[in-house]
Amino acid sequence: MKVLVPVKRVIDYNVKVRVKTDQSGVDLANVKMSMNPFDEIAVEEAVRLKEKGKATEVVIVSIGPQQASETIRTALAMGGDRGILVKTDQMVEPLAVAKILKAIVDAEQPGFVITGKQAIDDDANQVGQMLAALLGWPQGTFAHSLELADGSAKITREIDGGLQTVEVKLPAVMTTDLRLNDPRYASLPNIMKAKKKPIEEKSPADLGVDIAPRFKVLKISEPPKRSGGVKVSGVPELLDKLKADGVI
Amino acid sequence: MASLVIAEHDNAALKDATHKTVTAAAQVSSPVHILVAGENCATVAEAAARIAGVENVLLADAPSYARQLAEPMEALLLSVAGQYDAILAPATTTGKNILPRVAARLDVGQISEILKVVSPDTFERPIYAGNAIETLQAPAGKKIITVRTTAFVAAAEGGSATIEKIAAASDAGNSKFAGEALSKSERPELTSAKVVISGGRGLGSAENFKLLDSIADKLHAAVGASRAAVDAGYVPNDYQVGQTGKAVAPDLYIAVGISGAIQHLAGMKDSRKIVAINKDEDAPIFQVADYGLVGDLFKIIPELDEELSKRGYK
Repeated sequence: MKVLVPVKRVIDYNVKVRVKTDQSGVDLANVKMSMNPFDEIAVEEAVRLKEKGKATEVVIVSIGPQQASETIRTALAMGGDRGILVKTDQMVEPLAVAKILKAIVDAEQPGFVITGKQAIDDDANQVGQMLAALLGWPQGTFAHSLELADGSAKITREIDGGLQTVEVKLPAVMTTDLRLNDPRYASLPNIMKAKKKPIEEKSPADLGVDIAPRFKVLKISEPPKRSGGVKVSGVPELLDKLKADGVI
Repeated sequence: MASLVIAEHDNAALKDATHKTVTAAAQVSSPVHILVAGENCATVAEAAARIAGVENVLLADAPSYARQLAEPMEALLLSVAGQYDAILAPATTTGKNILPRVAARLDVGQISEILKVVSPDTFERPIYAGNAIETLQAPAGKKIITVRTTAFVAAAEGGSATIEKIAAASDAGNSKFAGEALSKSERPELTSAKVVISGGRGLGSAENFKLLDSIADKLHAAVGASRAAVDAGYVPNDYQVGQTGKAVAPDLYIAVGISGAIQHLAGMKDSRKIVAINKDEDAPIFQVADYGLVGDLFKIIPELDEELSKRGYK
């Protein structure tokens, strides 16, 4: 079974983002970019399926500028077999991302798609579910653990009340939550090997998908700032203050 | 036209998240209808009908909706979507699971986790873990929205909506419920509690994490955790507060042994008052805390517990 893993190049999770003063966006100049952490978990899970003999090929796809090919290389160094870069310099909304991925699924015919539950830049949490719906496939979102059988998958999900297990027929889409696995670091020999793995380039137009934005971003602004507070001397003073504030 | 809110419930009780989503929905398009999909959930529909400002409750009562799985819910929502110009769900794991499917099938973009309805087609939502706020204008046509419930007040009781039973929609049947392990707690829910006490890696073990219980009991608080504490196995995943866990905004948030990674701050910085207890005086949590207490939590927590007892909290 072929496994498809969509990955996104995003601002590194350790970077403190700065909103541009003209409110047109956040400052991405000279900022460290990395693979979306949830997508790293997705790559790891797919590679483990291959190592266990349950997947035959792991195909990595990313949508973004030329530099997104570096993100694909990272995934190939972790154990992916080949990559597809859908190249565009535009921002692509989640629905258009799902349509591009559907076109790739139609061509590649994977049995399973694994991707991150959300990207840490737009925090949308939409693409996996949208892709599943467009394909008419079932889904297991926010995955905490996976048991793959012949023709079906048992996916345990992190939900608000605890954990829930669903059984879905394959093909299906799974989106990853934090505790599904700990992604590996690529070894130097694997990084070298990844340089020789093929990455095919396409454009959204090649796939027949219109990526014109539907929404208009009016502004990107700073959230309300909290004023730095005070240090209290001890527990009695703390409780006096909380009592005075009326919160206890 | 009207807006439709997907009720958050467990087949027995209607959750407060629904009332908050109704408030947001009324600002997008009135009147507001509520969809209660579940199994043997008539009491939930009755509770939904009592929310002020709700005109109609759609009740889909069938075994296929017992767990509100995304695939049958998608089919059900598509069967009624034509009557509405906005469909909203609370941004719970249930709402987030279902609604993007509906949006995709309707060929409409979804607006996730709105904080504010600026006007019926313009919304504010957090991006980059809440470090930026995006103001977004939607095109004409249907709006599909999930709602950050802590940003809206709950709609009041006092309505008397009609309850209309609707038929189940057929779906491909390619998913089924196969079990659950829910955390049981007598405490208030994390997302609606007035006081939250959260622990981090500083607590050091699952055993030590229980130190927070006695204070939580006295303050009628919910107990939360940082990602580090969940990853370390001190508490289950449903305790996690943060960018990808739960967003909370209680009157009082007490962070114990939490350093304050931006991903954690994203989930709690809208709290009214924040208290941080940490031994590292340079911990980022102190930059958002109204009151900081620097010191060894293993001394401070028992002292806090005792002082609360002295002052009559039980």
